Amino acid sequence: MNDMTPTREQREAKLEGMGCKRKRVEDIRFTQGKGNYVDDLKLPGMLHGDFVRSPHAHARVKSINSEEALKVPGVLAVITAETLKTVNLAWMPTLAGDVQMVLADGKVLFQNQEVAFVVATDRYAADDGINKVVVEYEPLPVVIDPFKAMDADAPVLREDLAGKTSGAHGPRKHHNHVFEWTIGDKDLTDAAFNKAEVKIKEMISYHRTHPSPLETCQCVCSFDKIRGELSIWGTFQAPHVIRTVVALIAKIPEHKIHVISPDIGGGFGNKVGAYPGYICAAVASIVTGKPVKWVEDRIENLTATSFARDYHMTTEIAATKEGKVTGLRVHVLADHGAFDACADPSKWPAGFFNIVTGSYDFPTAHVAVDGIYTNKAPGGVAYRCSFRVTEAAYCIERGMDILAQKLGMDPAELRLKNFIKPEQFPYHSALGWEYDSGDYHTAMKKMMESVDYAGLRKEQAAQRAAFKRGETREIMGLGVSFFTEIVGAGPSKNCDILGIAMFDSCEIRMHPTGAGIARVGSKSQGQGHETTWAQIIATEIGIPADDIMVEEGNTDTAPYGLGTYGSRSTPVAGAAIAMAARKIKAKAQMIAAYKLEVHEGDLEWDIDGFRVKGLPEKTMSMKDICWAAYNSVPPGMEPGLEAVSYYDPPNMTYPFGAYICVMNIDVDTGVYRIRRFYALDDCGTRINPMIIEGQVHGGLTEAFAIAMGQEIRYDDEGNVVTGSFMDFFMPTAVETPHWETDFTVTPSPHHPIGAKGVGESPNVGGVPAFSNAVNDAFSFLGSTHIQMPHDYWRNWRTAKELGVFA
Amino acid sequence: MIPGPFSYHRPASVADAVKLLSKLGDEARPLAGGHSLVPMMKLRLATPEHLVDLHGIAGLKGIRRDGNKIVIGAMTTQHELLASDVIKTSLPILHETALLIADPQVRYRGTLGGNVANGDPGNDMPALMLVLGAVYRLEGPGGGRDIAASEFYQGAYFTALEPGEILTSISIPAVAAAHGYAYEKLKRKVGDYATAAAAVVLTMAGGKVATCAIGLTNLHETPLLATDAANAVIGTSLDAATLKKAAAAAVAIMSPAADARGPVEYRKHVGGIMVTRALQRAAARAS
Ligand SMILES: Cc1cc2nc3c(=O)[nH]c(=O)nc-3n(C[C@H](O)[C@H](O)[C@H](O)COP(=O)(O)OP(=O)(O)OC[C@H]3O[C@@H](n4cnc5c(N)ncnc54)[C@H](O)[C@@H]3O)c2cc1C
Repeated sequence: MNDMTPTREQREAKLEGMGCKRKRVEDIRFTQGKGNYVDDLKLPGMLHGDFVRSPHAHARVKSINSEEALKVPGVLAVITAETLKTVNLAWMPTLAGDVQMVLADGKVLFQNQEVAFVVATDRYAADDGINKVVVEYEPLPVVIDPFKAMDADAPVLREDLAGKTSGAHGPRKHHNHVFEWTIGDKDLTDAAFNKAEVKIKEMISYHRTHPSPLETCQCVCSFDKIRGELSIWGTFQAPHVIRTVVALIAKIPEHKIHVISPDIGGGFGNKVGAYPGYICAAVASIVTGKPVKWVEDRIENLTATSFARDYHMTTEIAATKEGKVTGLRVHVLADHGAFDACADPSKWPAGFFNIVTGSYDFPTAHVAVDGIYTNKAPGGVAYRCSFRVTEAAYCIERGMDILAQKLGMDPAELRLKNFIKPEQFPYHSALGWEYDSGDYHTAMKKMMESVDYAGLRKEQAAQRAAFKRGETREIMGLGVSFFTEIVGAGPSKNCDILGIAMFDSCEIRMHPTGAGIARVGSKSQGQGHETTWAQIIATEIGIPADDIMVEEGNTDTAPYGLGTYGSRSTPVAGAAIAMAARKIKAKAQMIAAYKLEVHEGDLEWDIDGFRVKGLPEKTMSMKDICWAAYNSVPPGMEPGLEAVSYYDPPNMTYPFGAYICVMNIDVDTGVYRIRRFYALDDCGTRINPMIIEGQVHGGLTEAFAIAMGQEIRYDDEGNVVTGSFMDFFMPTAVETPHWETDFTVTPSPHHPIGAKGVGESPNVGGVPAFSNAVNDAFSFLGSTHIQMPHDYWRNWRTAKELGVFA
Repeated sequence: MIPGPFSYHRPASVADAVKLLSKLGDEARPLAGGHSLVPMMKLRLATPEHLVDLHGIAGLKGIRRDGNKIVIGAMTTQHELLASDVIKTSLPILHETALLIADPQVRYRGTLGGNVANGDPGNDMPALMLVLGAVYRLEGPGGGRDIAASEFYQGAYFTALEPGEILTSISIPAVAAAHGYAYEKLKRKVGDYATAAAAVVLTMAGGKVATCAIGLTNLHETPLLATDAANAVIGTSLDAATLKKAAAAAVAIMSPAADARGPVEYRKHVGGIMVTRALQRAAARAS
């Protein structure tokens, strides 16, 4: 060996494979303003469309007069439901098995609902046109409070469903009822409650909020009349699904539809579903023969395309005096707004809410979810979460704190006492899931030691005593959260969208010089797939990550995938990538054996190529194998080095984590101060620790926003009062706390590389940590549960209600 | 969020601007930094047919001493206020307040003139101008006139500006060198208008408050001078009982609107706290 021979470490490092803090390759263009987003797209002759929207939350539409609008210079067309009816598109199916108006058909059901689509030569003319469309409304009584939606005399919202006593998910018990979904053993659970020594019951609301990505929803549709082909560039988290939906509802053959998701400026679940803007832009392009762009503004995004949460969870836990949980019972009132447009796997109308038993060994549990209609925007999307997992985690993590308070136990101790034990994995939960792996005790103890939990409790006791003596007006809270997620939807046996199983896919082509391209069915919206997917391949086949180009988002070139949301990319697409890489490696091994004139079995893998067992100097690098694949493959073998894998996961993955928030609140103003936030995440194998840290920072910032002020709020008339960033709390770097991150590694036993997914964990686990901190701060003054969001004035109101100013 | 159609004018002198505004009438609006006006236009809450941009007029910018006064050109940006040594040394409360307005991007464009002429109860500068006894110089078709800030505000977005008039400068009398000051602003985040804010300028003599002025932001449809509250602290050493009395006197004149920042009761309550805290901080700074 001479000095020039790289060491094993150097060869390993050169790959920048899994475990490497590789810098994000996409940032080279993003940081120079060279990203390519939908709104950057300008096609010759392109028109612009924009919506006339309803000022009312519930009203009959008596007439729509477009005469004056059509006189505005530049305005070419005004599309209404009547226009859409001629192509049978006034209504569209939702992913949840409901139907939704594309444009107001006879009535409007929420404020800012789409009423007419004005098409013009530029965006300004379109907006001038909007202001000239005259719509005559007859206001109707509204249903805003979800708890009144099923009153006998509640106004009928969905007249189109008149007489329909069942919907996509079974019987409907009221005209404003969408579905009832139940799971678990009711009798066993009732029995557990009947003999419980200790019980808690609390209505825990997770308020309505919104994913609000930096880039709003938008598209450009271009119909080529000659070829009969429709091209759609859009902000789609799941471009293939959009292509299939368009084929099904627009009756255009699927191979003549080209869906392209260019760079996307954040999605967080907002960009999974199909919106009226897409349909109207497509119809407008078909009608005018010109490309049509539709770009939502911020107010439209916040008020019309897809809210999240709005779950009202009556939560009961049964336990022994010693604090061992014996049963869980939850009833959810789920406010779906005017149409059920949730983007859940088809068979799961309440998503995976049945992960609500969390990290605890509940012998029995029962859940019932009632979905209802109200005069609010449709949606119910998974805002940085895997289908109602955030709601479930909040429910159980608040519930455990409430139980701890009732028992007079420390909330951390109560959790340690009830955790599923490492030896119980794979663990079958009372509500039907099979948890793949976990070591909760280790994670929890690491968290407690890292922050000196015992010391913090002592400090809190001293602070409380000082408060009672009148020496301070600040109270202190510790918010513990230990979440278990269920991500990676999902196995074909129980997960599909519109009948398409929720697999994902990868195609790898290695070029003769040892570089290659990987096309994947997922779609990054900022998660850094171009970086991490190449790292998986680098480790699997020994080609430097820099030599692998990753491409996503073009349905003509990428293999069919179900897209990116629900933390499914690493668990599903990541597995497909590893499996495709392994196919490449298997063929490479045959080529290497042929070239080295040995049996395949005589070869062993060594970082970036094969070597002959026992003869370490007899090697062939992967780079050389790529070349050989194009000129000297074994007789009978096809040349080339390509592979495709479609991965149907055998199970979901179950990331978990231990978070704690330390917070002080000034009772006089309600102003809070986040003193410390520590987040330990276990997402199994870690592909790129730097990207994980970035994901955790972003998710925690969202969790902070949601818990501490971010909401979509309606007044009694159904007006949205938080329709812009002036009032919808979007924290800046100044308000954002400092994040401390940590980890343990418990690989998933069924995933090819043991990875579980991390993108959503911090949002799921963060919200209960913040809320528990506020609740913990006030608990010594006599409160049991304070609803979110915990903004300043509400904290002050709590203090006042607890008699602090008496 | 697309404004309606409008024409754009860029006069080169105050006289031309006044002429244009008089000629174009009600449908014309002066444009300064645009950071209050343009958002309103994007929401089509304001739909002026003509914008008369004041950026082309030399002499509307700058900060200078004029005898016992500091004179600030209406088109001086909030960033320029922050960068000025004169302001930092002679009117430190103006520096402190400017720093609490929005974010650097807004402050690079937003002007002092626009902020005080806008008439939005949420703007921070007007209450401070009341406290400092500022005088606004207006130029109109009938010539120039001076008006005290305390006479200027008539209601939300209603001011003493007559049709065709523009604000050209703001002059602020010198404040005693040994004064104490504080601007206390409660807001939900950077870039938010005040939930409640209080401006205090005071002087102390022998451990007691000698003079005091208190201004209130966003607690009424116009900025307020809390005269009773200020009188309540004069001659005292700001003991707990006095502070309580002053806060109560200030709260008594507040009538904020309920909004996402909180209900009326909360905004008044924290308004009182802002007064208390501003008084305490100002007293600690006075020498
Ligand atoms: C995100 C954001 C946050 C903000 N937060 C705050 C805050 O916390 N506190 C605060 O005080 N302000 C805040 N502002 C407002 C900002 O300070 C504005 O810049 C200021 O209110 C207006 O100044 P302008 O120069 O931009 O005026 P413009 O917007 O150009 O004008 C405002 C109004 O005054 C009139 N006008 C302007 N100049 C003159 C003149 N010389 N003579 C006669 N009339 C005139 C205009 O016709 C218009 O009606 C915020 C703005 C934004 C966008």
